[in-house]
Amino acid sequence: MRSVRRTSLPGRLAPGLLTLAVLAMGAVALAAQDEASESSRVRAFIRARVIPVVGDPIEDGVVLVEGGKLTAVGPRGQVAVPIDAEIVDLPGKTLMPGLICTHSHIGEPWAADGSEPIQPDVRTYDAINVRDALIQRAQAGGVTTVNIMSGSGHLMSGQTTYVKLRDGRTIDDLALRHPDGRVMGGMKMANGTNSQDDGGKFPGTRGKSAALVREAFVAAQEYQRKLAAAADDPEKDAPDRDLGAEALIEIMRGERIVHHHTHRHDDILTVLRLSTEFGFDVVLHHVSDGWMVADEIAAAGAMVSAIMIDSPGGKLEAMNLSPTTPAVLEQAGVVVGVHTDDPINDSRLLLRSAGMAVRAGMTERGALESVTLAGAKMLGLQDRIGSLEPGKDADLVVLSGHPLSVYALVEQTWVDGELVFDIQREDDRLSAYGGPGATNATTPTFCCFEDRRDR
Amino acid sequence: MMQTRMDPRVALLATLVATLLVSAPALALQAGSGHDYGGLELSGNLAVHGDVVHTMDGPPIRDGLVLIRDGRITYVGPAADRMHTADMVVLRGAVVTPGLVDAHATLGLTGITNQPGDQDQLDRSAPAQPELRALDAYNARDPLVAWVRGHGTTTVHTGHAPGALISGQTMIVKLRGDTVDEAVLVPEAMVAATLGDGGRAQGEGKAPGTRAKSVAMLRGELVAAADYAAKRAAKPDATDRDLRKEALARVLTGELPLLVTAHRHQDILGALRVAEEFDLRLVLDGAADAPSLIDELRAAEVPVLVHPSMMRTGDASGEKANASFETAAILNREGLPFALQTGFEGYVPKVRVLLFEAAIAARFGLPFREALESVTLAPARILGIEDRVGSLEVGKDGDLAIFDGDPFEYRTHCLAVVIDGKLLSNEAR
Repeated sequence: MRSVRRTSLPGRLAPGLLTLAVLAMGAVALAAQDEASESSRVRAFIRARVIPVVGDPIEDGVVLVEGGKLTAVGPRGQVAVPIDAEIVDLPGKTLMPGLICTHSHIGEPWAADGSEPIQPDVRTYDAINVRDALIQRAQAGGVTTVNIMSGSGHLMSGQTTYVKLRDGRTIDDLALRHPDGRVMGGMKMANGTNSQDDGGKFPGTRGKSAALVREAFVAAQEYQRKLAAAADDPEKDAPDRDLGAEALIEIMRGERIVHHHTHRHDDILTVLRLSTEFGFDVVLHHVSDGWMVADEIAAAGAMVSAIMIDSPGGKLEAMNLSPTTPAVLEQAGVVVGVHTDDPINDSRLLLRSAGMAVRAGMTERGALESVTLAGAKMLGLQDRIGSLEPGKDADLVVLSGHPLSVYALVEQTWVDGELVFDIQREDDRLSAYGGPGATNATTPTFCCFEDRRDR
Repeated sequence: MMQTRMDPRVALLATLVATLLVSAPALALQAGSGHDYGGLELSGNLAVHGDVVHTMDGPPIRDGLVLIRDGRITYVGPAADRMHTADMVVLRGAVVTPGLVDAHATLGLTGITNQPGDQDQLDRSAPAQPELRALDAYNARDPLVAWVRGHGTTTVHTGHAPGALISGQTMIVKLRGDTVDEAVLVPEAMVAATLGDGGRAQGEGKAPGTRAKSVAMLRGELVAAADYAAKRAAKPDATDRDLRKEALARVLTGELPLLVTAHRHQDILGALRVAEEFDLRLVLDGAADAPSLIDELRAAEVPVLVHPSMMRTGDASGEKANASFETAAILNREGLPFALQTGFEGYVPKVRVLLFEAAIAARFGLPFREALESVTLAPARILGIEDRVGSLEVGKDGDLAIFDGDPFEYRTHCLAVVIDGKLLSNEAR
C-alpha cells in the first residue's frame, strides 16, 4: 500500500498532524498486511462498468488481478471469482486501464544542459526526482505510466524514461526496464523556435537545426560503419566508445523511439523527412498545426501525441493551434494520443484533454484510446499496458462516472495491482484537490522495495 | 456528486442532439473547428428558446423563452406563456445562460502572439503607475477576444496585469465592436496592485525588493495622493496637476476600488491592513491562501476574485503552491463573496476560458448553480454592473449564451453568443 508520506504540512492545525500520525501507523499495519498477502492472492474488482478499451464496455464487469497482472476480464457470470479472492466492490463506478501520459515533465527531469544543442548521451533517468509531489498528483489523475522527458530547448535534449507511477523510493522503483535490464525510454527531440538560439552552438534557423541533426545521425552512421569494419577485420581498430552515437544507433535500429516536439506544419514535415532519411520511428508531439498536414502524417505512418490547449497562441508556432487536431488526425487514420506536458497541463486532468478532443470532434472510443492504448503503442508497450486484457499489467483507474465527463472523479489508481491513490485517504485527497502541503515533496518511510522492480 | 444534481441532468436529458435553429437567415453550425475568428453581426429582435434557461434570477425555467428588443431583454419566462412575434429571429438551444462575466483578465492587452509588440499589460519603468489607463491599451481586434466570446464570455474586467506594485488601471468591456469605444462599459474600473513576490521590482537594488518595502511604498503613494488631493481641494491653482496622484486620490475617495493581487497569507493580510488604514474599497485577486484566512476576510467584507481553477501552482516563487481546485468551493461554503476569473497568463494558454475554469470548480465541490453564478451574477455585483449584466432579467442587456447541453461538460458546446441582442458568435465551440 502507500508507503510515502509528506515531509511536512505547513498551515495545518494540530488535529491534522495527529491524523497524519494515525495514518502513518495505519500505513505500517497495512504494509504488513500487504506483505503477508503479497501478490499470490487474487483480487477481484466487481460490479463496475468496465471499459477494457479493446472491445466494448462491460456494464457489470469482473476484473481479476493476481501477482500484479490481469488474469481475467469479463461480464459477471462469465468470470469465476475465487472464493478466497479479496473483493474490491465498485457498484456504480467505472473501471478502466491506468492512463498513459506520453509527454510529461513531472519529477524535475532536466537532462541536457546549455552546452550543446544535441546531447543524446544524457539520460533523464539520472535526473528524475521520484519524491516530487507531481508524481502523487499524476497518480491522483489516474495516470499509471509516464514518458518523462526533459524540455524542448535542445534539438536533442536526452533520453526519456518510461516509468510506472508506483509508490517508490528511488527511480529504480519506478523505471521500466527491457528484459536485458536496460532502462526503457525514448529520445527527446525538438525543432522550431524553442530549440533555436542566436549565437553559440545552438542553431539560429530551421535550416541549421535540421543540418545539425543530420550531421549527428551521419556521424553515428560513420561510427557504426567503423565498428562493423573493425569487427570484420582484426587489423582495424575499433573507434573509441561514444555514448551519444550508441544512443543514435539505437534510434536508427528502431530500439529507441524518437519523441519529437514540433508545432508548425513545416516543422512537422521536416521531422517526417528526417525520420525517413535515417529510418527512425517517431512520435510527433504537440503538433499545433497537425490538422493542416494530417494526410502527410498518415502517409508517413507516424503516431501523434497531441496537446490540448484552451486557446491558440501564446507563442508564434501555436497561433494556428486547433482543438480539432486529434479529430482530424483520427479521421486520417493516424494513431492519436493526448498528453499533459505537465506542468503545461495538470496531470490530474489528463482525462480532460481526452474529453476536450471529443468536444472538437474526436470519437469517444478514439479519445479513450488516446490516453491508454494509443499511448502504449507510442512507448512500444502495447503488449503490456493500455487495455484490460489477461496477461497485461494490473494498472487500473476507478472513476465515479463516465471518463470523459467533467464530473467524473478519479477515486482510485492501481499500479501493478497495488493501490497507489485512494481519494478516501487524506493525503491522497490533498494531492487530488490541492491546498496547503499539496506540493510538498514526499519522503519514503519504509524499506523493502527490492522486490518491486519492474515485475 | 454533481451528476445527481437536477440542472445539468435535466439539461442533458432534454437534448440528445445539439440544435440551434435560426429562422432567418438559416445558419449552419460547424462543431469545434475554431479557426474562424470572424463574428456574424446579426442584428434585430431575438427570441431565444431554451429547454432550460438559467436566468440566475430565480430557479431555472424549463422550456423557457427570452425576448430581446433593441438590445434589451423584454421578456423572460415560460415559452408557453408568451410566444415570440413574427418579426423576431429565433434561436434555440438546450441550455441558455446569461453571457458570462469574467471578473478579471488581461484580455485585449496580452495579445495572441505573446511577442513584445502585443504585450501591453505591464510597463516596468516604475513601480507605481496608477495613471496608466486600460482604455489606451485595449485591442478589440485581438483574435483571443473572439475566441473567449465564442465560449460564452460577453463581459470582461480587463486591464493592467499583476507584476508591479501598482501596474495601472483596469476597465470593463463588452466583447463587441472593433474599437475600444464600442467595447467599453466602464472606462476606469479599478487600480491594480500586486503584493508579494509578484510585485517585486526586477533587478538588484530596485524597489520594492521585499514584502515590507512593497507595503511601505504603497502606503507612501497613498499618503502622497491624500496630501495632493487636499492641496488641490484647498488651492487648485497652486498645485500642478499630477495624473498619478489623481488616480490614487480616486482610490482614496472610494470611487475606484484597489484591486490587490496577493496569494500568500501575509500578503493578503498586508492588503487588508492597508485597506483598513486608508478606508479603501479593496478587491482581492488570486488569493490562493484565502481558505486559511476565512475569519479575516469575513470581518473585512472583502470580495475575492479567486485564482483560475486550473492556475499552475508551481512557479518559481512558490507563492501559488497552496492554490486548490476547491478554493472557490471553500469560499462558497463559508458564505464569502467571490467570483471566478481567467487572470493573466504569460505563456500557453495565452488566455484561459472562463467557462472551463468554472467547470473545474464545479467538479471539485462548487455546486452547479453557484458555479454558474460565480461567472455571471457574482462578478457583475462585485464589479458594480449588476444593473446591466449577469442575469437574464427584463431591462438588462440582451447578453446570453446558448449551449447544447450542460455548459460545464467537456463534450458539450457553446453554440451561440449574443451581446446587446446581436448574434456575435454562431460557431459551436
